[in-house]
Amino acid sequence: MRSRRRPGPRAPWPLRIAAWAVLAFLHAPIALVVIYAFNTEEAAFSFPPRGLTLRWFAEAAARDDILAAIALSARVALTATAGALVLGTLAALALARRQFAGKDLVALAFILPIALPGIITGIALHSAFRLGGVTPGFWTIAIGHATFCVVVVYNNAVARLRRLPPSLIEAAMDLGANGLTAFRTVVLPQLATALLAGGILAFGLSFDELIVTTFTAGHEQTLPIWLLDQLGRPRAVPVTNVVALAVMAITALPIVAAWWLTRSTEDASGSSR
Amino acid sequence: MTDAASPGPRLRGRRPGDAVSTAFYRRRRLTLWLLLTPPLLWFGVVFAGALFALVWQSTYTFDDFAMQVTPALTLANYRALAGGANRDIVLRTVAMASAVTVACAVLGFPIAYYMARYTRGAGRALFYVGVMLPMWASYIVKAYAWTMILSRGGIVYWVAGRIGLGGALDALLALPCVGGSSLSTSNLGRFLVFTYAWLPFMILPMNAAIERVPARLLEASADLGARPWQTFRLVLLPLALPGAAAGSIFAFSLTLGDYIIPQLIGPPGLYIGTMVNLQQGAVGNLPMAAAFTAVPIAIMAIYLLLARRLGAFDAL
Repeated sequence: MRSRRRPGPRAPWPLRIAAWAVLAFLHAPIALVVIYAFNTEEAAFSFPPRGLTLRWFAEAAARDDILAAIALSARVALTATAGALVLGTLAALALARRQFAGKDLVALAFILPIALPGIITGIALHSAFRLGGVTPGFWTIAIGHATFCVVVVYNNAVARLRRLPPSLIEAAMDLGANGLTAFRTVVLPQLATALLAGGILAFGLSFDELIVTTFTAGHEQTLPIWLLDQLGRPRAVPVTNVVALAVMAITALPIVAAWWLTRSTEDASGSSR
Repeated sequence: MTDAASPGPRLRGRRPGDAVSTAFYRRRRLTLWLLLTPPLLWFGVVFAGALFALVWQSTYTFDDFAMQVTPALTLANYRALAGGANRDIVLRTVAMASAVTVACAVLGFPIAYYMARYTRGAGRALFYVGVMLPMWASYIVKAYAWTMILSRGGIVYWVAGRIGLGGALDALLALPCVGGSSLSTSNLGRFLVFTYAWLPFMILPMNAAIERVPARLLEASADLGARPWQTFRLVLLPLALPGAAAGSIFAFSLTLGDYIIPQLIGPPGLYIGTMVNLQQGAVGNLPMAAAFTAVPIAIMAIYLLLARRLGAFDAL
């Protein structure tokens, strides 16, 4: 076959306009949040913005409840991510290449927390904690988050393990490594970026989680809960805008970075949620 | 010639970990179960147990006078679901979910198609990031942004006023079902926010499905004499349908269970999600709330069966 450099077909212009218009539609509200965070006016959702200022950033940084909410969200997210990494990796190592009776059922069990509507997962966990006499608090929130974060780590790890030729491990063992050393020197480095991406995704998911958290939290306020609370307070809008901007930066950007890391894998991370 | 008697530089004598490692390697089943037990314990006990507890709770009785849950088993909660007001809630939610799903499919198809067939390299990466960034931007932030956008002093009203469409907007809001007193308290506004929120979930599976269609098929269709529109309708569209079905699962199920967007935007009127939240929180009627969760589960089970026949599970 002759190889010729084809520049590719040109899209008909209505299609191009439609595609870019939808993209703009997707980004307009986000751009507006960014703009509003700098708005001078108190009624900060008026358009056009009256002026630009950084004063709300300073105010937000001085608020105790905001800092507490950010700290709680970060602690919960780190704990949930750690738990999800451990459980997800174990599950991936077990399920990646083995066939056994009930394998589909196990895979379904992992995907269920994230596939069911959040309200069902939230209520299920809430009633389980209630029946078990566990008081809602930091650990109930973290446990709830870890439960649906496991599947994202699991997906990434399995996708990477499937691309790992088993002959590599066998070659390592032929060269004298025992199972543990082979895992440590051959499998783990290959898994590293997949686990990093899965961990970032889990962190983002947990940090942003609202629906399940409202059921599993007691009086604690994670950042999304704080934001939800703020929606009933029109006078506090400017500071809320700043916090909204911060939340987006903390969750969205690392996740896009995670996608970049696993771009070449078959199951791209972030392509299903 | 290498000396056959001297071992290579990597070989050492037996080390303590070797025996353990060999034991695990030989006993595959044991290793399997050791690896699986912690996650299974978690999911089996914590999550499956929680689901079971939920279903069990839906058979409890709620004493209206004492506002207490008693462990007396009854099916009264499920019977109450068929009642007038509850039926309206379900119908309202399903109607919105259907409308949102259709809108997401219609809006998502152009961009998915464009991404799959006309972008490559850096352009495609740009579009991917462009679709993923709003998807992963915080849900509550997006909902919050829309309350600002749709408010009376917000950008939609301002733009409508500037380009002279203020009258058209008011006429739209005066429509019986769709409108309301203002954009942020109308079904139209709610519909817009829902569509916005789930659009990326629809775009990505559709894009993946269209990407999987080999260009050779389209060229073959053209070779056999089909015009571009015919190729599109008879070859590409049926092959892209599983992707649309897969995306529609997300859009439909997410709308069914949502309780935050209906609360923030739109006319008063309960959705399944808000009803569940209300029963569980303010009223404390956990059995009724649990019974209500059975509705989206049942609806989604039917929906998933339909979607599977359309091939959605291969396109997820």
